Amino acid sequence: MFLDYLNTLSEGFLTTLSLTGLSAVGALVIGTLLAAMRVSPVPPLRWAATTYVETVRNTPLPVIAPLFALGLPSLGFDLSFYQWGAVALSVYTGAFVCEALRSGINAVAVGQGEAARALGLRFTQTMTLVVLPQAFRSVVPPLGNVLIALTKNTSVVATISVADITLLSNGLITSSADPIGVIGASAVAYLVITLPLGLLVDRLEGRVLVTR
Amino acid sequence: MSTVNAFGDPLGPRGRRRVLIASAIAVVLVVLVLALAVQRFSDRGQLDADKWAGLLSAEGRSFLLGGLVSTIKVAVLAIVVSMVAGTVIALGRLSPVRPVRWLATTYVQLFRALPSLLLIIFSFYGVNQVLIDNGSAARVSPATAIVLGLSLYNSAVVAEIVRAGVVSLPRGQTEAAQAIGLSRGQTSRLVLLPQAVLRMLPALVSQTVTILKDTAYGSVLSYDELLRRGILAGESERAPLQGLLVVAVIYIVVCFAISTVARLLERRVTRRFGGRVQVTGTEALTT
Repeated sequence: MFLDYLNTLSEGFLTTLSLTGLSAVGALVIGTLLAAMRVSPVPPLRWAATTYVETVRNTPLPVIAPLFALGLPSLGFDLSFYQWGAVALSVYTGAFVCEALRSGINAVAVGQGEAARALGLRFTQTMTLVVLPQAFRSVVPPLGNVLIALTKNTSVVATISVADITLLSNGLITSSADPIGVIGASAVAYLVITLPLGLLVDRLEGRVLVTR
Repeated sequence: MSTVNAFGDPLGPRGRRRVLIASAIAVVLVVLVLALAVQRFSDRGQLDADKWAGLLSAEGRSFLLGGLVSTIKVAVLAIVVSMVAGTVIALGRLSPVRPVRWLATTYVQLFRALPSLLLIIFSFYGVNQVLIDNGSAARVSPATAIVLGLSLYNSAVVAEIVRAGVVSLPRGQTEAAQAIGLSRGQTSRLVLLPQAVLRMLPALVSQTVTILKDTAYGSVLSYDELLRRGILAGESERAPLQGLLVVAVIYIVVCFAISTVARLLERRVTRRFGGRVQVTGTEALTT
């Protein structure tokens, strides 16, 4: 029985997995761009990025998904629901990636940059040899957590009828009349993605602590 | 801040000129993007009065605000249940009794790993199925299912926040409490929790934003909350985009207000303790 459920959910598993991958790339691109804008010395860029982050973070994902999938076609943009799902997830998660990156850059002590320049390193050297490597380290754990949250958030596409793990589970619950078994199977399906990610983040986190 | 470089040094005349030029270009670009968006809206007739009039009429407004009331109703219930259950689970995770600790840890790990939407669906169809199988006449309403589903997830998150708050307290607090003869329960209740609450207040308040946002998932159970009413109003006005835009603005206003409170609290707490409680992964948990 349980294996039957897993079998039925496997197609949704691939949808969830591919959506996670696709949106992760999109969110990293958007988030990096936003983070660069937010730490830049150009005020309008900072304001634009801050407005984006504050707006998106305070909008529910289940509103953004139908806003894109049902609303934007009236502006003449035609994508499949799967594609709209990926766009919505990238736009939403990008704001959180930006915040993770920014906190990582801010976590590098000011003295590090000052010391590097006192040694006579140039701007690019200071950045590539001293600041960015340390920022990258402190960015990995929060970024990993954003990725885990993204995996779970892909379930939003079920509300715009994309057949992911959640939508298929919903169908199975009613057709099988065995909700406990189905929830167990879908939990397994999500845990297969999120648990390894979580363990990876924990290990990386441990390493960061050691090096400090 | 506008006149410093990446290292916090003031910019020289050349740097200032560059920033000025870049600012001008950036402003032009932003205006251009906004203008293109407005152009697109008007080209497709999406700015026409009839697309907005119904939604923004007195009737339309009270319809949507009624949805907001339903949203806030389930959100408040879910917040209360999550806070109480989360605190209990956190105490379980800190318990000296091993099986209790394991149980609480398993709960946190399991429910943190599942999407809120799945838990809401399960709380409705799943729990009702179990009730039917047991021959019970009782049924779970969509509103109850939303509160249950959100609480399952968020109590796990709150438990982590509370635990981090307690762990962040100096060890001397526990030792002093025990030295004056308080029991373990008294130590937690009278000494640790009251101090921890203040430190974790910002994280808890921003968690309420997450809960409020996630109530929108309740629309899949046809619970008559804000998102569903926005979709319905958009359909009846033949303006799906406008309905969802208005709803998005309402959510942003409410959530932004709560987020601002969280930020102000954080500033106060930081000033008081000279550092924020680091709850591992809370940034992501609040996504």
